[in-house]
Amino acid sequence: MSMLRDITIGQYLSGSSVVHRLDPRTKITVVGVFMIVLFTAINAQAYVVLVGFAVLSVVLAEVPPRMLFRGLRPVLFLLMLTFALQLFLTRGHVLFTLGPLVATWEGLRQGIFMVLRLLLLLVMASLLTLTTSPVSLTDGLEAILGPFRFVGVPAHELAMMMTIALRFIPTLMEEADKIMKAQMARGADFESGNPIRRARSLIPLLVPLFVSAFRRADELATAMESRCYRGGHKRTRLHRLRATGLDAYAAAVTAGMALIVIGLRWWIPL
Amino acid sequence: MSCAAAEKEIIEIDGLGHRYGAGTDYEVKALEDVDLRIVRGEFLVVIGPNGSGKSTLARHANGLLLPTEGRVLVDGMDTRDPNRLWDIRRTVGMVFQNPDNQIVATVVEEDIAFGPENLGVPTEEIRRRVDEAMALVDMGEFSRHAPHLLSGGQKQRVAIAGALAMRPRCLVLDEATAMLDPRGRQEVLRTVRRLNREEGLTVIHITHFMEEALEADRVVVMDRGRIVMDAPPGEVFGRAAELEDIGLAVPQVIEVRRHLSDRGLSVPSSVLTVEELVEHLCQSRR
Ligand SMILES: Nc1ncnc2c1ncn2[C@@H]1O[C@H](COP(=O)(O)OP(=O)(O)OP(=O)(O)O)[C@@H](O)[C@H]1O
Ligand SMILES: [Mg+2]
Repeated sequence: MSMLRDITIGQYLSGSSVVHRLDPRTKITVVGVFMIVLFTAINAQAYVVLVGFAVLSVVLAEVPPRMLFRGLRPVLFLLMLTFALQLFLTRGHVLFTLGPLVATWEGLRQGIFMVLRLLLLLVMASLLTLTTSPVSLTDGLEAILGPFRFVGVPAHELAMMMTIALRFIPTLMEEADKIMKAQMARGADFESGNPIRRARSLIPLLVPLFVSAFRRADELATAMESRCYRGGHKRTRLHRLRATGLDAYAAAVTAGMALIVIGLRWWIPL
Repeated sequence: MSCAAAEKEIIEIDGLGHRYGAGTDYEVKALEDVDLRIVRGEFLVVIGPNGSGKSTLARHANGLLLPTEGRVLVDGMDTRDPNRLWDIRRTVGMVFQNPDNQIVATVVEEDIAFGPENLGVPTEEIRRRVDEAMALVDMGEFSRHAPHLLSGGQKQRVAIAGALAMRPRCLVLDEATAMLDPRGRQEVLRTVRRLNREEGLTVIHITHFMEEALEADRVVVMDRGRIVMDAPPGEVFGRAAELEDIGLAVPQVIEVRRHLSDRGLSVPSSVLTVEELVEHLCQSRR
């Protein structure tokens, strides 16, 4: 298939590693905590702990690093730009000059921290989707958001939307491909010309795709109603989430990591 | 409610009329004066040209649409009673035309579990029902597969299993074979026929393929919102001229039979399949 195949949203690599076997609620919480802690890190020691934690997670997940790097390629430019901006725009002791641009020691340090921060963020988020099947990811999210229902978070509805989106992405992709081929057979050109022209050439693809998506949504709603769907209230599940000793371990290690990183803020101020 | 009647009939439709957009400028009279009784364990086939009201009728069987005139009783429950709506929907399972647009989940067994989950069935019981439903449609080995990778016939069998997991008494298939290739159609038909014979499930099968009507207990023919014939297949297809008048083709065997009797070789109307016809002709030559 053409370019549409390359779009992969939250790819999942099935496996049976320790990380794969963790309860999705644990994994989501660990990644959440990691991200928060990441933004409290202000010194090199804290970054060493964070990088150590991430490396440990990747090793335990038995995910080939090549898979992770492939996910990073599209953001490489963003990382370089971030680094350059930090390097040249932070004030402090001069490191070197490049024409009118002045690089500083402080900028170098900030740049490295910033790039590390983004890298760690991406690695942990990819690790979550690489090791958790869409079904359990959705179940986990629903379970975690559940308690916030009382402050108006539509936990079940969000999870249902995610499930349906995941279910229909391949169907709609296939359909888009079919429409594209049909239009190309009639002489449509999707690949040449300037960006505006290319965007315009997508209209004959998007219009039928949208029309069909609405029809599908309508039929799906009828089918769901026929199967007694009436929202999340009193709903039971085929698979119940079950936390094990492994989850307790993961929680303890994560808590330890968080305490050290936050503690380092005071022990070694800058 | 008369108990004797409720015991024999699963669905009773009396003087049913339905108007879409009643009271607006776009009012469409889709059903008029429909009387139909569906007996438990029956295999009923509904045929009729496009727009004759087949889908509209089907949607009255589980309260997706409510009568604008007359009434529909499902297992003795009036579909207009909002308190019984969920009992009605679990009594009458529905399978629709497009297999892609009725599968909700990303894993086969999760999708089959959708109905019982909505009914609040306990986890262990859901497991049992899912396994049972998958076995009934012969899809056990696909339990962990992604539905979008299955063939059309397999997807429709998953959809049937999804309905069966609610333990319905009656299954309505609204042109469930229309988008399938001949092999997929065979798969689905064989499954439904077996469920009807072995599990005693009542089946209402709406179709455009006349051949599929030949094995029914009873065939209902619809035209312009009304039931115009309601009889066993032999009798319905014996009235070929009337069927052609409303734009329906007659199955090939029936056509051949008619040509033969035009030429003076009479074949009894009980002959409905190619095999029966061949057998009859071979015997009559002797
Ligand atoms: N949602 C709707 N709003 C307005 N009119 C409708 C609606 N659905 C169906 N109709 C009209 O009601 C009539 C009966 O439609 P219905 O879908 O029941 O026919 P059908 O026998 O199932 O046809 P087909 O063989 O094409 O599936 C048609 O004239 C149709 O245009
Ligand atoms: Mg229809």
